Amino acid sequence: MNSLPILSITTFFPLLGALLVFLFVKNGEKGAQRAAVLALLASLATLASSFYMLFRFDPANTGFQLMEQVVWIPSFSIAYIKGIDGISVWFVMMATILTPLCILSAMGSVKKRVKEFMIALLLLETMMIGTFTTLDFVLFYVFFEGVLLPMFLIIGVWGGEKRTYAAYKFFLYTLLGSVLMLIAIIAMILHFGTTDMTAMMGGKFPREMALLLWLAFFASFAVKTPMWPFHTWLPFAHVEAPTAGSVILAGVLLKMGGYGFIRVSIQMMPEESHFFAPYVIALSLIGIVATSFIALAQTDMKKLIAYSSVAHMGYVTLGLFCFNAQGFDGAMMVMLSHAFVAGALFLCVGVVYDRLHTREIARFGGMATNMPRYAAAFMVFALAAIGLPGTSGFVGEFLSLQGAFIANSWFAFIAALGIVLSAAYMLWLYRRLFFGALEKKDVRAMKDLSLRESAMVAPLLVLVLWIGLYPSTFRNVYAPTLDRTLTLVLAQMSSEQTEGQAEDQTEDQSGEEEND
Amino acid sequence: MIDPRSFLIAMPEIEVAFAGLFLLVVAAVCGKRETQRIGILAIATFMLAIVTMFSGKRLGLMFDGLLPAYAFGNQFVDDGFARFAKAIVLGASGLSILLSWDYFKKEGQERPEYPVLILFATLGMMLMISAGNLLALYVGIELQSLSLYVLAAFNRDQERSSEAGLKYFILGALSSGIMLYGISLIYGFAGTTDFESLMSSLRGAAPAPRGVVVGMVFVCAGLAFKLAGVPFHMWAPDVFEGAPTPVTAFFASAPKIAALALFTRFLLYPMYSLMNDWRQVIVFISVASMAWGAFAGLMQSNLKRLLAYSAIANAGTLLIGLIIGNSAGIQALLIYFVIYALGTLGAFGVILCLRRNGKPVEELIDLSGLSKKYPLVALAMAVLVFSLAGLPPLAGFFGKYFIFLAAVQAELVPLAIIGVLTSVVAAFYYIRIVKVMYFDEPLHTLDPLPDWGVRTVVGLTSVAVVILAFAPSPLVDSALNAAKGFII
Repeated sequence: MNSLPILSITTFFPLLGALLVFLFVKNGEKGAQRAAVLALLASLATLASSFYMLFRFDPANTGFQLMEQVVWIPSFSIAYIKGIDGISVWFVMMATILTPLCILSAMGSVKKRVKEFMIALLLLETMMIGTFTTLDFVLFYVFFEGVLLPMFLIIGVWGGEKRTYAAYKFFLYTLLGSVLMLIAIIAMILHFGTTDMTAMMGGKFPREMALLLWLAFFASFAVKTPMWPFHTWLPFAHVEAPTAGSVILAGVLLKMGGYGFIRVSIQMMPEESHFFAPYVIALSLIGIVATSFIALAQTDMKKLIAYSSVAHMGYVTLGLFCFNAQGFDGAMMVMLSHAFVAGALFLCVGVVYDRLHTREIARFGGMATNMPRYAAAFMVFALAAIGLPGTSGFVGEFLSLQGAFIANSWFAFIAALGIVLSAAYMLWLYRRLFFGALEKKDVRAMKDLSLRESAMVAPLLVLVLWIGLYPSTFRNVYAPTLDRTLTLVLAQMSSEQTEGQAEDQTEDQSGEEEND
Repeated sequence: MIDPRSFLIAMPEIEVAFAGLFLLVVAAVCGKRETQRIGILAIATFMLAIVTMFSGKRLGLMFDGLLPAYAFGNQFVDDGFARFAKAIVLGASGLSILLSWDYFKKEGQERPEYPVLILFATLGMMLMISAGNLLALYVGIELQSLSLYVLAAFNRDQERSSEAGLKYFILGALSSGIMLYGISLIYGFAGTTDFESLMSSLRGAAPAPRGVVVGMVFVCAGLAFKLAGVPFHMWAPDVFEGAPTPVTAFFASAPKIAALALFTRFLLYPMYSLMNDWRQVIVFISVASMAWGAFAGLMQSNLKRLLAYSAIANAGTLLIGLIIGNSAGIQALLIYFVIYALGTLGAFGVILCLRRNGKPVEELIDLSGLSKKYPLVALAMAVLVFSLAGLPPLAGFFGKYFIFLAAVQAELVPLAIIGVLTSVVAAFYYIRIVKVMYFDEPLHTLDPLPDWGVRTVVGLTSVAVVILAFAPSPLVDSALNAAKGFII
């Protein structure tokens, strides 16, 4: 407690950067460059601070660490509480790793209002990190929702042709999901008499209330994740957002849903999560298969990747709601991998979009000839999206499937269809983009990755292969906490069951005795 | 014989009243030239009143904030709630004067009556907030309303402004008549107009006399009219659109707060034991206002009309605080007052920045591309409307949060759910403002920004909305203390 408040520093450093850009950078050509450099520096400093956080983090300790607590609104006992555990630490890292890369990509692709773009991006980073590190429920909501404003502007101001529609849909859809969560949060706060999230984990509610609460949270997280059939905002938002927006959206914002499922639904309401698990699993399975088929039919690169994101997030919810060690592990791994893979794929799409200003798959072809480095990088990411062994995608999907198999072999069978389909749409995409004759003049004229573009793809390449080849580095950080979470959840569920059985026993003791 | 202490208790009102009379004479003598100076004096009067109100205890003029003080034979009540509400009303009135100079100068309507009328209207509102008797209530409302009728028609050469004034007057007079009829019914059946004796006699009598209930509903209708709650909202969009913009800014802020404070006083003090009777009426008005304010606002293309619907929707949300009917509800109400007043006044300030070829423009599309021409103004507007929409991380969120918190606590969950759902619908038109400012290309050129008065208001309100989001504690605590002082 006495040492450096590293979580607050990590959270608010981007905000400080945004403020500096706002106050000290003038508009105009020169200002644009300066804003981008300043923003990049701020995000790199945040990255450094988050690495220090990772360094200070003790994986063996399964409780919350690096806690900070300041009373904020005393009369309503709203406190500013920060803390991370093994679950949240990687989410923070996702945000801090992807933001500098987004700024790098934006340096080349965002032409208008660069200063404002950088401010929005840095604000977004603060909100994301805040969501993952805050343990006060009201503040959690503030950060969770606060993401909407910068993202709305990023899509709407710097987006493609139908950006207005996409921005509206994104905004209203997610807001509608979240306001119900607000009521649920209020109800929980009143029930427990505190806004401290740690105090609510393992707490008990009256059954009827808990079911409603669970549904309210589900509304929010399912939209955010997004789960089929609540995903319809995502393809539009992804397609119309500028590259950096898509990367953050796929890389981090979607993970907020997954994080919420773990942190709130499963940790606070395990019994209800178990009750609703069959429905969630059903939606996940339908989602995996349906969105994979939809992805197959896309002619727009970004849309294809967007639908594949929905499918991948299906593995997350599938793994989580199977309630076994492999499933949990797989869900975390899929999220970790997907953050980098989907982020990288969107960055790659951005590379050619900056050159030709189109995302139509048919407009490209044969790029393996003139852009070999680009083609190689794209291939690694595409294979990772398919889940080829040796890439990050494999670890998570395999574990998730294993978890599903333990729960019910049919689940695994259906979910495995998704992998086959993902191979189909990804490889087909790759074939259409990179193989074939290099006929089109403008495609032929494109140059390979520039230094800046290599710099933004390379770290992700390393991460994707690292996770794929030696996942333990990453797994060791979260595994103890996740295991303990599962143990606690199962213990709570079984105690509830025995309580239920005990009640049954008292009700008809005679029957029980005969059985004995 | 009047207790001399009464004058001390009502000192802020007396100050405002004398300043009003004095400035009226000054205005008559000096005429147009001194408009701005008279305005500054009026603002100084408001500040003096606020200082008197809060330092009264220390100076030995008034009494402890927690205990209500009565003056003029219970006609006048002073308590923490009244002081808090009055402080907001005084602040909002002061800001509306700041907003007015540039506009009326450019319109060639610069007349010293404006600050004087605002002074009298504010005096009326202060009396409303402190009313301890049905007659004091009525006198306060009429003093306020008559000043407002004139203000609505302040651009007397303009058809729209005169129409707004006339419309407001006719409907307002009708509602006053209904209210007065209600008051007479209450008097007839309960035998008193004093709030304190009404409360004790109604508490004893179960069930309450039918006539009192009918009278109360009539009074509620009249107050709902002042508040522009559905179904008594018809006048609001037309008057908001027609009245000069600084006047509209004033209409949307101070009188609403005064009306709601009076509503709270009336329903939670003398009529407290009839809660089951009035609750259903207010629930209907609240839900209808939230829904209609949200849905009808979607169709508007005129900014002032849009903000009229926003005011209606916000009035509905505010009424939830009243329905809750305990000190948590009152506290939430007071917090919401402040944040709402800041958002509305600031948004109208931005509208006052919009002029083209010397003419004020107020259509939504006139905002297009504002972020390119005046990035700071656009940013301020974005912050203000996001706050009005109740989105985190801005102050508006805390306003909504505390209302819904109190509502869920009082087991009014359905109301809270309707509240959040309609706020999503309303968010659509708020973000449309942002969309037009940031996403669209500029259509026309705009004139240079107005004088320091408007700029101060826009800057002040938008910064306040951000700061309150980071440090809401002082506001929350003072609202808590104020709510404690309310007699229930």
